[in-house]
Amino acid sequence: MRKRRSLPIAMAVAVAALMPGAPARAAHYDLGQPVGPATIAPWNIDVSPDGAGLPPGSGTVAQGRQIFAARCAMCHGDAGQGGIGDPLVGGAGTLSSAKPKKTVGSYWPYATTLFDYIRRAMPYNAPQSLSADEVYAVSAYLLYLNKVVPEDTRLDAKTLPAVRMPNRDGFVPDPRPGAL
Amino acid sequence: MTDNRSPHHATSASASLPARPARRGALRRLAGTLAGGWAASQLPAANAQSAVTQAPLAIPPWTREPGASLLSPAYGAPSPHEGDVIRRSARAPALPGSGSSMTPLADLTGSITPNGLVYERHHAGVPAIDPDQHRLVVHGLVREPRLFTMDDLVRFPSESRVHFLECSGNTGSEWNGPSGLPVQFTHGLLSCCEWTGVRLSTLLDETGADPSARWLLAEGADGAAMTRSLPLDRILDRALVVYAQNGERLRPENGYPLRLIVPGFEGNTNIKWLRRLKLVSAPEMTREETSKYTNLLPNGCARQFVFEMDAKSVITRPSAGHRLSAHGYYPVSGYAWSGRGRIRRVDVSTDGGKTWQPARLTSAVHDRALTRFEADWTWRGEPADLQSRAIDETGYVQPTREALVAARGLNSQYHYNGIQNWRVGADGEVRNA
Repeated sequence: MRKRRSLPIAMAVAVAALMPGAPARAAHYDLGQPVGPATIAPWNIDVSPDGAGLPPGSGTVAQGRQIFAARCAMCHGDAGQGGIGDPLVGGAGTLSSAKPKKTVGSYWPYATTLFDYIRRAMPYNAPQSLSADEVYAVSAYLLYLNKVVPEDTRLDAKTLPAVRMPNRDGFVPDPRPGAL
Repeated sequence: MTDNRSPHHATSASASLPARPARRGALRRLAGTLAGGWAASQLPAANAQSAVTQAPLAIPPWTREPGASLLSPAYGAPSPHEGDVIRRSARAPALPGSGSSMTPLADLTGSITPNGLVYERHHAGVPAIDPDQHRLVVHGLVREPRLFTMDDLVRFPSESRVHFLECSGNTGSEWNGPSGLPVQFTHGLLSCCEWTGVRLSTLLDETGADPSARWLLAEGADGAAMTRSLPLDRILDRALVVYAQNGERLRPENGYPLRLIVPGFEGNTNIKWLRRLKLVSAPEMTREETSKYTNLLPNGCARQFVFEMDAKSVITRPSAGHRLSAHGYYPVSGYAWSGRGRIRRVDVSTDGGKTWQPARLTSAVHDRALTRFEADWTWRGEPADLQSRAIDETGYVQPTREALVAARGLNSQYHYNGIQNWRVGADGEVRNA
């Protein structure tokens, strides 16, 4: 397994094509069409932990408080305490207890995930309806509620990836197979 | 009827199923027919119940008249007598399109799940996708990004393979001990289909892949724009981009018109309504692979990127909610599966795991697929504890709940694959205890 992981993927693709049952040629079928970045852009919305994919724009805690009240609080509660939507605040220090409370503040390892997820999937009743500025602002407000950033914070493509989440080092690799 | 139930109501509703005349009758028939047949000489209790039937057989009305015409209906549906064989939700979802519904495992035979009974897990409902407008983008660390229509995708060389799908939250109800729930609610986030599509590697041959590509981000076109990062070297030899299940195009709730199938990996990674594949150098750390689908350990750390579903099995018949109405022969039957390969063997115990007998594998044994097993059992009225244990081709043996809890504690939520116990009382009632 370890050895295979060091294989360049281009080689692994060729290997897969030679497996029994695979199409006989590693050929090009000339199906589909080449596509450029401007065409893909509206769908190319993922954000990685280094900040790649974050759009221009910015938002503050104060702006986020207003947007949250208007668009998010109906499911997540006035202070992010949860409702029909997940609780987003609190739970610090509970992960090793009998009743762990997993929230943005206590559990999420990357602040960039917040932007990525809110932009793609929230609010539940109107996904992908918030502007980049609004997503930065709501992200800032949630991080403020969790005491991760101060109240005067403004987030943008440069400052968001620099936010260090409290549970950043809380994850370990899968030890299976070989261990339960 | 199926959606707004509390777990308590769901339990009692399902547990009451066998008490309905049709189900109880079926179990009685099972007992009577087999006991009176080839096994009769070994089964004095059942044999003693058999009496020679003297009444003349009735000629029923359906024999005395022509039946329904062709095309009634044009797309066939199950007999109305099978109307209680349906998906059910264990609890009402918090939001209408989120949550899950579960496959009625106890009422199914063989190893294939009918399309209308494949379990559902959605995060933002079922999108109504027009296949003519649907597109798949393959981009990122590729030589040439490409856009595919559905017509393009069905023109590639195709492949059909049977694989199970299991939500990693399946059987999470049993972490704290026997839940009392019937098998639809303990194990029903589990289905198995023949999937048809194009190999992921075929599409990547078409775009070319940069040597720095290590992970694949897969994304859906639903309102959740569901995304997961997958390690390319662990999926490239088997992942399929599929457009059909069990011989027909995907059902809307199972990803129509296009989904990813990553054989053996937890259900959430098999992205439905697939619109985008992006080759990247490192995982994107999406919400579903950080805050969800991570397995919290007692020390407060969580396992991340826990992909393969370990070997597991469950007896579906008899199981909780059934009632054995006669002494005699019963086949003890269920499913075994492994996310790491083929099922090698299944053992069955009727004494709570003290002794085991090997079961017969009665369906084709496919790689990473549900495999049907069956073992002989003669019930003479004694209390019994029925268990099954799967062993896969890697030699992995399905663990006990106690072993899982010792390794992972009680809060890891996902990937529960402990041995399941069904307790048979002297009255024939079968319970999850």
